[in-house]
Amino acid sequence: MARFAPILPEIILAIGGLVLMIASAFVTRRGAGLISWLAVALLIAATVALIGAPSHAGPLFDGLVVADLFASFGKAVIFPAAAVAVIAAHGWFERGTEHAAEYAVLILFAAVGMSVMVSSTSLISLYVGLELNSLAGYVLASYRRHDERSAEAGLKYFVLGALASGILLYGISLLYGFTGTTSFTGVAAAFGRGAPTLGLLFGLVFLLAGIAFKISAVPFHMWTPDVYEGAPTPVTTFFATAPKVASVLLGVRVCIEALGPATDAWRQIVIFAALASIFLGAIAAYGQTNIKRLLAYSSINNVGFALIGLAAGTAQGASSVLFYMTVYVVMTAGAFLCVLWMRDGDGEPIETIASMSGLSQRQPGFAFAMFIFMFSLAGVPPMFGFWPKLLVFDAAVASGYVALAVAGILGAVIGAYYYLKIVKVMYLDAPAEPYSRVREPVQGALVLFAAVAVSPLGYLLIGPLGSLADRAAETLF
Amino acid sequence: MSSLPLLTILIAVPLIAGALCLFVRDEGARWIALIGTLIAFAISIYLWVAFDPNGAQWQFVEKVPIGGGVSWAMGIDGIALMLIQLTAFLMPICILASWRSIQSRVPEYMAVFMLMETLMLGVFTAQDLFLFYVFFEGGLIPMYLIIGIWGGVERIKASYKFFLYTFLGSVLMLIAMIYMVGTAGTTSIPALMAYDFPVEAQKWLWLAFLASFAVKLPMWPVHTWLPDAHVQAPTAGSVILAGVLLKLGGYGFIRFSLPMFPEASYIFIPFIFALSGIAVVYTSLVALVQRDMKKLIAYSSVAHMAFVTFGLFAMNRQGIEGAMIVMLSHGLVSGALFLVVGVIYDRMHTREIAVYGGLSNNMPGYALLFMLFSMASVGLPGTSGFVGEFLALMGTYQASTWGAIAGTTGIILSACYMLWLYWRICFGEARTAEAAAMPDLSMREWWVLGPIALAVLWMGIYPESFIRPMRNDVGRLMTRLEHVAPAGDSQLKLAGPQLKTIDAQDHGAHH
Repeated sequence: MARFAPILPEIILAIGGLVLMIASAFVTRRGAGLISWLAVALLIAATVALIGAPSHAGPLFDGLVVADLFASFGKAVIFPAAAVAVIAAHGWFERGTEHAAEYAVLILFAAVGMSVMVSSTSLISLYVGLELNSLAGYVLASYRRHDERSAEAGLKYFVLGALASGILLYGISLLYGFTGTTSFTGVAAAFGRGAPTLGLLFGLVFLLAGIAFKISAVPFHMWTPDVYEGAPTPVTTFFATAPKVASVLLGVRVCIEALGPATDAWRQIVIFAALASIFLGAIAAYGQTNIKRLLAYSSINNVGFALIGLAAGTAQGASSVLFYMTVYVVMTAGAFLCVLWMRDGDGEPIETIASMSGLSQRQPGFAFAMFIFMFSLAGVPPMFGFWPKLLVFDAAVASGYVALAVAGILGAVIGAYYYLKIVKVMYLDAPAEPYSRVREPVQGALVLFAAVAVSPLGYLLIGPLGSLADRAAETLF
Repeated sequence: MSSLPLLTILIAVPLIAGALCLFVRDEGARWIALIGTLIAFAISIYLWVAFDPNGAQWQFVEKVPIGGGVSWAMGIDGIALMLIQLTAFLMPICILASWRSIQSRVPEYMAVFMLMETLMLGVFTAQDLFLFYVFFEGGLIPMYLIIGIWGGVERIKASYKFFLYTFLGSVLMLIAMIYMVGTAGTTSIPALMAYDFPVEAQKWLWLAFLASFAVKLPMWPVHTWLPDAHVQAPTAGSVILAGVLLKLGGYGFIRFSLPMFPEASYIFIPFIFALSGIAVVYTSLVALVQRDMKKLIAYSSVAHMAFVTFGLFAMNRQGIEGAMIVMLSHGLVSGALFLVVGVIYDRMHTREIAVYGGLSNNMPGYALLFMLFSMASVGLPGTSGFVGEFLALMGTYQASTWGAIAGTTGIILSACYMLWLYWRICFGEARTAEAAAMPDLSMREWWVLGPIALAVLWMGIYPESFIRPMRNDVGRLMTRLEHVAPAGDSQLKLAGPQLKTIDAQDHGAHH
């Protein structure tokens, strides 16, 4: 039994998820609420179980996964983010014809998949984790199957996701073919033997392309705005937070553990993806009128900044990525929870930016929370969102990539414009039709928590969070 | 020295008052804001009294580590002390000036103003590089809201322009700061002020800081955001913009560019002098043709700020002290001029110069104060403007005669546009019936303008009160700049034979 101790969180989620899946087949509409809360409880239990897990268990199951501090750090962000996504759906699907209970179960399975992603040390477990997460994601995207947009989003996500999986698998097969192993250490050893061959390089490029799709980095971002817009808002909340963290962390581990000796080869790809994401995310967001599409471009933009930290290729850089993604999840989850509350008189969701006009005079608290999230996402001090941006630039400058940092920061200025536009609409424009009041105390508490965490009070977290991220990043080197 | 964290209290008072404003109605918010700013002003006066001009460079020091190498480090020298006085002095006046002219969303307005004060005081007290940056940049958010919500017709465009312009300038400074911390291994501003960066790196760092400070100050040719922002901002917003925000640029030069990159500063002196010279003459000419009163004063601000850069980069005592006095004086005078404009704007709701005239007939008190502030802006002896401009130009003359020529031309031009403005508004016949019917200053307006008038005269007649706290700090800055300070082209040397003649005469007289 001792060998299963390090994967206790995954066991809790997997078995709990299976039990809840069977239970959800029998519950009525009212019981769906109970299933959701049980799922939240499971995710919290899995997070708590991380504390007890040994941080240096070494390779498990013949080197398929590892339960190191890096993985634990990722899971400690992913599980609560998934729980937030479950809570976000409270009272959302009950109104429609969907079977609400399965939503929480799918999130649980996705959480197991993400958990495998951040702890995998082999190309096979990497792929299995990724697919487990993606399959749950395809279903979630089309969860409101009678809604055209949701179905379209699910289909788009599935077709493009399958293509990306194919690319990824092709890369994996090339790497396996040219190295004869699927373990990260084996691949790293192969890359370490002198200049990489053409086959290895092709494998590397295809592998990174597949990952770039999952983190929606340019030029593999095309699905993001459509899927974010079409999917039900709680699902979008989920897509924008937990899977994003898992994929970015997966990318960090692959680049450093498996492709570490080929840093010069992947760095140029990462730098291109980073800058392209920052600028495209910033510029393409200008004309958006739908808040979910805008936040989709915002997420593309933010991934670009995280990749700058990765491009540094150092422990400091990896640490800055961890820090960045943690704060990013809080800001994004908060912003999407606010979007969730944009409902018209009949309780139907509204997604236009124009409907937020004059929000500060109708619902000052709501507007103020959104105000904090927007300035934080833009990285304007004194909001806490400034600090992770500073860290990634710091890492880039420390590795000698000053020009990269300068380019990135100019992108941040361009991006500031559309965050500013939201604030302008909320604070400077005349009030529009008011939203109907939503009574969700738990969601309200989460928004409050997120707003406080990214407000200037967040700077108090620099010490503990920073040292934790540092230690987690060091396990990769 | 007391062990109370006075600077933190100074910063916290407006913040708490601002938060309280959000929970009360209009009238309550006004009073809370006024009381909050007055308490902050009282604390700043105490700081001035308790500050020992001959004591340590940094006084009232506090330091609490936050983590990640950053700490809540506070402390002030004489230069920061005087700018804190300026900020804390102008704030209650701004609140009073907005008492009746702001009628919509008053609690939010007061809260934003209080936040503004907190951030500005934070800039002058921060001793940690990143803490400084957070305060420095944070000021953009409240100012964006002040212009955007309570501004004029074109407020949206002006607020975007203000935000993005200054944000773009500042982010380059951030990269420079990251590099500096990476190289020097400390975020402490006093430590960095003594650190010698390699000259090659200094040039890039200096330029990155210039990008930020030149936009804030503003210097020609990156001043174009200022007239728009001023014209659209509400009166009190203009006062804070001109009175305090512009000083951040000058403070940045004196705190960062000069002591941290002395060699680079020396290398770029001709560049700065050229920009300043163009600014003085060009923006004065532009001010001359403005039809909008606020725009005219905004352009005159750009011209006055050029005296600051002239004085600072002259790198001698007169120049640096003069630059500081220009900053303080301009903070008072241009703030007062915007208030003066606000007084008649509140009555007529137009800033067109052409509709006024003959106000000295029906508003004698107003005309008197307007006269005083116009003269101070021109630099009449006895007012604060004279002391600052004279010192700054004297310093400039020692470093560069050409710079001094451009600067003095600016003074002549400033007399032209200010006197002409005054003539068109206060003398002659009233051009419209409404202008002739305007009542004189109310009691509240006297309370707003009176204290500034007294401060302007005090600084003009006995500037020693203001220079004394800064004297040692200017001295320390000069020690730092000693090895690079320019020799100047104005040190006339008499030729040998003539000296002998004088000697001979002297001898002759003795015998």
